Amino acid sequence: MAADNAAGTATIHTGPGYTGSYFDTPLDGRTGLWSWLTTTDHKRIGLMYLAAMTTFFLVGASLGIMMRLELLNPGLQYVTHKQYNAMFTLHGVIMIFLFIVPGIPAILGNIILPLQLGAEDVAFPKLNLLSWYVYMAGAVMAVTSLFTGGGAPDTGWTFYAPYSLRAGTNVSLAVMAAFVLGFSSILTGMNFITTIHRLRAKGMGFFQMPLFCWGLYATSWIQVIATPVVGITLVLLGMERWVHIGFFDPARGGDPILYQHLFWIYSHPVVYVMILPAMGIISEILPVFARRTIFGYKAIAMSSMAIAGVGYLVWGHHMFTVGMSDTARWVFSLLTFLVAIPTGIKIFNWVATLYKGSIALEVPLLYAVTWIFLFSIGGLTGLVNGALSTDIHVHDTAFIVGHFHYTMFGGAGIGLIAGMHYWFPKIFGRMYDKKTATVAWGIIFVGFNTLYFPMLVLGIMGMPRRYADYLPKFHTPHMISTFGSWILVTGLIIMIVNLVRGARRGPKAPDNPWGGTTLEWQTTSPPPQLNFARTPENPGDPYDFTRIIAERGQGR
Amino acid sequence: MSTQAAAATGHVVHRDPIGAKTGMWLFLFTELLLFGGLFVIYTVYRHMHGADFHEAAHELNKVMGVTNTFVLLTSSLTMVLSVAALQRGLKGRSLQWLAVTFLLACTFLVIKFFEWRAKYHHHIFPGNPHLAELPAGEDLFFNLYFMMTGLHGIHVVIGMIVMSVVFAKIRSGSVNAERHGTLEYTGLYWHLVDLIWIFLLPLFYLTN
Repeated sequence: MAADNAAGTATIHTGPGYTGSYFDTPLDGRTGLWSWLTTTDHKRIGLMYLAAMTTFFLVGASLGIMMRLELLNPGLQYVTHKQYNAMFTLHGVIMIFLFIVPGIPAILGNIILPLQLGAEDVAFPKLNLLSWYVYMAGAVMAVTSLFTGGGAPDTGWTFYAPYSLRAGTNVSLAVMAAFVLGFSSILTGMNFITTIHRLRAKGMGFFQMPLFCWGLYATSWIQVIATPVVGITLVLLGMERWVHIGFFDPARGGDPILYQHLFWIYSHPVVYVMILPAMGIISEILPVFARRTIFGYKAIAMSSMAIAGVGYLVWGHHMFTVGMSDTARWVFSLLTFLVAIPTGIKIFNWVATLYKGSIALEVPLLYAVTWIFLFSIGGLTGLVNGALSTDIHVHDTAFIVGHFHYTMFGGAGIGLIAGMHYWFPKIFGRMYDKKTATVAWGIIFVGFNTLYFPMLVLGIMGMPRRYADYLPKFHTPHMISTFGSWILVTGLIIMIVNLVRGARRGPKAPDNPWGGTTLEWQTTSPPPQLNFARTPENPGDPYDFTRIIAERGQGR
Repeated sequence: MSTQAAAATGHVVHRDPIGAKTGMWLFLFTELLLFGGLFVIYTVYRHMHGADFHEAAHELNKVMGVTNTFVLLTSSLTMVLSVAALQRGLKGRSLQWLAVTFLLACTFLVIKFFEWRAKYHHHIFPGNPHLAELPAGEDLFFNLYFMMTGLHGIHVVIGMIVMSVVFAKIRSGSVNAERHGTLEYTGLYWHLVDLIWIFLLPLFYLTN
């Protein structure tokens, strides 16, 4: 299709040459909501994902706030133990399956990938729309499972056997929802791999691709390779509950630990689905706001693939305490430590990119640097869990909770926020209020650390995870953490309100407000339906700032 | 599949057979991994309960299993003949071979039905309390048998539905000698279904 792109034979008013925004493009007479629900435009589909996922994020965040409120003081104040179990399960299921796994690929990947490649759309536009509907179907099932059957699932988001086989709550529907959501994820992954292979602009080799595309490429492979395994595992869990096939039931000769293996064979690689596109976003933001080329382009690109490859082999580190052989334990521990190497390569390259750069401290850069800070804490605490001896001490404690919130929220979540602030003028053609955005960033940064850092301390003190009640000696850190949750949510609300206001009536943004060099900045803001008035060719080095510096100067 | 934007909007429709085929192969890859999870479970439990697995395999009807293997292998051949005929522009011949493939898929399911029914009469069926009374390994073996041949059976049914759709498309001419991708990808999928059965046969019928 790359060859067809260059031909550009369309003469319709919405085709090449048309520079009106994709928001205004009439779609065959379809208007209003209908024009969105039937669209195959990757940008509109991305925005539909954005709307759905923001909603689910707010639901998940509310559950988190409620849990923190319960933990403000020792003893039970507001909920029962059973309700608390349901709350952390729902928080996990919603945040992981509905928001953070599909988040960056489905929202920013959809909108930005074809633009960065110089393509008119993804390779399979109809399949892209289908995957949105599959996602929504899974989301509806997940939400339905909360109110029907025996009540909201209380197994934790991991659905560990044998409890999940016996729980009287609505586990079956929640598990089927996760299966359907996985299917949506596979479709997106297949679509992106094919898009990257087939739709790069004429003259754009793999190593002329922007690094966000590399991040998405590695991510898509993990989605395609890992998701089917958890799919069949969850189906079997459902069958086990329905007709008692005994695969994970020790009473029937089955092995519950086998369930854990199969679950983590998917669910560990999937944390890289969350993080790799975020790393891609950071690699896009840093060079633009330092106005110099990225340091170690190939090393960053290849380290994404290395993380995807090695990350597939480390699932056992979730199970150091459940009864694996010593050999398996040290092998998994060693492999886990190996993942830190490509991650370290990225961090050093990013810091080197900033070195002697001409830095513009805009909001996207603030978030990008915050990302590096938070993810470094998340990554290094990960090594504490990855070492066999220390893991025994911190396993199943609040330390783990702190660790994965630093990586997931501090990594994938902040990455998404950074990307939204960076590409916002391109997507909406308007600019948010930068001062408010900076204030929101400050509040989020303070709130985030106040919320999650005490969890690391609590875990080392011995506070177990998933408990609604605790001993008085844990009171102070719990209180600080709960205060942090209020600060963080204030920052998030200010940020979201500011972005929504910016999208509706912010000042018009120029086509290239930041001085970016990748292809998406060479079309209009917002882009026309088919992205480019003239099909881009031979884009060359994606981070060559010579022309930008010649036009706008080295300094700021 | 490879149209850019909706064809209905009047855009020039771009076709990319290589892109479409890439997508199809990726899909087949995910199918392999879907079954892969079950093959892992099979391997683990066979390792744990080797003797029980051998014992339980006696219960399965080898004649029917092998017959079905020939039925499926032949259907793969007729599928290839259908694709080849369409590529040479022989629409009628292609439709005939596709119909034969469809009938062979039916035959497979009918034989499978009689096998399952015989097991059902012997109280060997998931959810039946009789299974729990068997030795653990036999219990697991029969449950694996039903899960794996069941999932495979679902794939056969999906294949038949897709074949019917493609049949209609060839008749209407929207799939033709120039644009035979849809039939070709249906063929790829069908070969995968066939291939998975070739692994299921020795693992279940021939282990004793």
